[in-house]
Amino acid sequence: MIRTEELLLNVGPQHPSTHGVFRIIVKLDGEVITEATPVMGYLHRGTEKLAENLNFTQIIPYTDRMDYVSAMTNNYVLCHAVEKMMGLEIPERAEFLRLIVMELQRVASHLVWWGTYLLDIGALSPFLYAFSDRERVLGLFNELCGARLTYNYMRVGGVKWDAPEGWIDRVKTFVKDMHFRLDEYHNLVSGNEIFLSRVKGIGKYDAETAISYGLSGANLRCTGVQWDLRKAEPYSLYDRFQFDVPVGKNGDCYDRYLIRIAELEQSLRILEQALEQFPGDGDTMGKVPRAIRPPAGEIYVRIESPRGEIGCHIVSKGKAEPYRLKFRRPSFVNLQILPKLLVGESMTNLVTILGGIDIVLGEVDC
Amino acid sequence: MSEENKRDDRSAENKPPESETSAQPPTEAGAEAPVEQTKEEVTEPPSEGDAPVPERRKETDEEKAARRKATLEAREAAKAAAALAAAEAAKGGSSASAQPAGESAQGATEAPAAAAAGGSSASEGDAPVRRKETDEEKAARRKAALEAREAAKAAAAQAAAQGGAPAGAAGVGEGAGADAPPPKPPSPSQPRLDRVAAMLRELVAEDAVEEAYINEANDHLPTLVIKNERWGQAARLLRDHAELACAYLRNVSGVDYETHMEVVYYPWNMNAREGYCIKVRTDRESPSVASVTPIWETANWNEREIYDLLGVDFPGHPDLRRIMMPDDWVGHPLRKDYVPLDPEV
Amino acid sequence: MELDLANVSPEDRKEVERNVFFGTIEQLKGWARSNSLWPLTFGLACCAIEMMAAGGAHYDLDRFGVMFRTSPRQADVMIVSGTVTKKMAPLLKRLYDQMPEPKWVIAMGSCATAGGPYVKSYSVVKGVDQIVPVDVYIPGCPPNPAALIYGINKLQAKIRYEAKTGKQVTSR
Repeated sequence: MIRTEELLLNVGPQHPSTHGVFRIIVKLDGEVITEATPVMGYLHRGTEKLAENLNFTQIIPYTDRMDYVSAMTNNYVLCHAVEKMMGLEIPERAEFLRLIVMELQRVASHLVWWGTYLLDIGALSPFLYAFSDRERVLGLFNELCGARLTYNYMRVGGVKWDAPEGWIDRVKTFVKDMHFRLDEYHNLVSGNEIFLSRVKGIGKYDAETAISYGLSGANLRCTGVQWDLRKAEPYSLYDRFQFDVPVGKNGDCYDRYLIRIAELEQSLRILEQALEQFPGDGDTMGKVPRAIRPPAGEIYVRIESPRGEIGCHIVSKGKAEPYRLKFRRPSFVNLQILPKLLVGESMTNLVTILGGIDIVLGEVDC
Repeated sequence: MSEENKRDDRSAENKPPESETSAQPPTEAGAEAPVEQTKEEVTEPPSEGDAPVPERRKETDEEKAARRKATLEAREAAKAAAALAAAEAAKGGSSASAQPAGESAQGATEAPAAAAAGGSSASEGDAPVRRKETDEEKAARRKAALEAREAAKAAAAQAAAQGGAPAGAAGVGEGAGADAPPPKPPSPSQPRLDRVAAMLRELVAEDAVEEAYINEANDHLPTLVIKNERWGQAARLLRDHAELACAYLRNVSGVDYETHMEVVYYPWNMNAREGYCIKVRTDRESPSVASVTPIWETANWNEREIYDLLGVDFPGHPDLRRIMMPDDWVGHPLRKDYVPLDPEV
Repeated sequence: MELDLANVSPEDRKEVERNVFFGTIEQLKGWARSNSLWPLTFGLACCAIEMMAAGGAHYDLDRFGVMFRTSPRQADVMIVSGTVTKKMAPLLKRLYDQMPEPKWVIAMGSCATAGGPYVKSYSVVKGVDQIVPVDVYIPGCPPNPAALIYGINKLQAKIRYEAKTGKQVTSR
């Protein structure tokens, strides 16, 4: 039998497949990983500490930069938490706008994931496809709030800007086009032999493990657990729309892939309904006191971000600033399972598994 | 009641200047005068126009200084009052809802504005007798400011007391034990809270539950404060007991309350779609909370993060190292008293 | 070979004037270098996503000869796209040192320029120029891909200017 020497290999923090400044030290026996130690914190910017000296409106831009691929959902979780603490009413039009941008954001975020994941696996063109489609979503956001990535769009009590003239129609056109593009994606990748051999049966875990590790989002649903906060604990207006929660059964990378693609379809479905029911007029800001001071107490709210359950835990002492603000970042929690999954896998699968979890380092490190 | 009183006071003070500035005055001179006086602090008016005579101009300068001083004093006083009120509100039961305190603080800060307005309206008098009157006027103004301050303070205290009572009763804050039945209609989660508290008392230890209340703002979330020493057992019960079955740990946060540390857990039962908020308190000098990583894997990195940023020790954790900061970092940045070693790089 | 310019026919002379350029070898190198800037894929934070978007089909950085390399040893531009933390700073310096000369640095976004919104944070370096010399600063949070392209154009102009005049625009 061939014996190989143990090799310690450092991957990252500058590595094209770690999606940012993530580092993982792997112990290799030949090409098989025997131990993996993730190291993070290379993007720890101290958001939670900064937030303690900022008022809630000032914190919103910082949430943009946490999960920068999905800034709208981050905006929402903070605003939602404060609104819930203060018992504010949100005008219907504002809530519709929020929902529409959140679903658009989910589409954009999954597109980034789709493109970069396949780039990791070795396919270059999906990246170009995905980013050109994502560019259209960013264009829509740009029209709405003047930013492409960090929107700072939502406010406590509503949204900052109303939809410009014809915006809703342009979103409708985008949704219609996107259906065709999704078919194209499927044709391009989903049945590809090389792709299948890279992802099928890789990075498997069962539902019990997933729950014990606190996974959420597609990482949990790929094991067959039907847990989507939009359905399980509806927030915003999600209980008004018809949509399915796609679940897998094998808990491998391929299921996670399929779920995300299916989620894209469901997002488009929600968008179609929301755009149809979008109220013709109305306020975009509710009645909000001039100084936003949530009453003393604490709250934990959670919503479904593209990556899973994003939560916001606010401890307020009745001031304009939070006493303590903690974000439950889905990437951070989901990433915990990585060392367990990697043991016994080959080095090439490291990239597949890591990409399949779908992390954003800004959120992992916060 | 005092809230209304205060409002009346203020409106009485506000009335004259307001009616002059907002309602369109009949004459040109009348229109100019109040505007000029409010702007004087920032810029000199370009020209005096027709009505006022130079003599008057000189006098208003001195008067202005006096007025400024008075408003400054009033403002200071009001600020102090506001701070006091805020402190009182915060102290008057940790559960005091902030809304009234905030309002009263606002009221107090409005006092200088009222005083200043009073001043400007008083200086509207005719020119010759003015010099003599200013002293008295000033005194009067000061008195008014004092009164306003007193009123504000009283209102704040009252508000704090008022805010404290219902908040405490409702158990939004930290008060209200489980055995003290809330006077309000019982929360829908109350049976669940009672049940889990009873179970913890029965199956873990009699003293396991320090406090139990409903967090109404957070969807009536049953919240329990578990005794530090009993937390390991209690966590196991929460997960393993067939009735509780909280297999999913949503979130772990650490909070530095300056008097003590608190680690907050949100275990969840996914089938029943219900959960709890569990708090474990520990002292600040050598904070330590039993690790629940062997029970919920989710806690692993969360506990490392809390250890890193807040310095809470988790005995039983398999790999308690810094996670966010470099290994050689000194201090725990999320602590309230953290002072960065280097303000710049 | 003998070249008698006096005997060159007017047609040939015209041809020569149209097609032969004179310059220094430095200028030639500057021209070549500026049109094949190979940046290191050094995504740090939010700006990295915009950098990726700039490399995508819509903005297409390739048309400027800008092709991302994943190894510092093959790269000559470091686009610092994102917040540099104190934990990351030594590694950034090391990556910079691994790049072969000549090399340039673009500080993309306000974080890399001066700390940006995180300037008051305990863990953030207030500008990457405290660690490595920076040639071009691009403002924005994050800068639009078009802004990144503009920054790259500026760097190209700078490289050509330095080659032409022999002057150093920034000290390093």
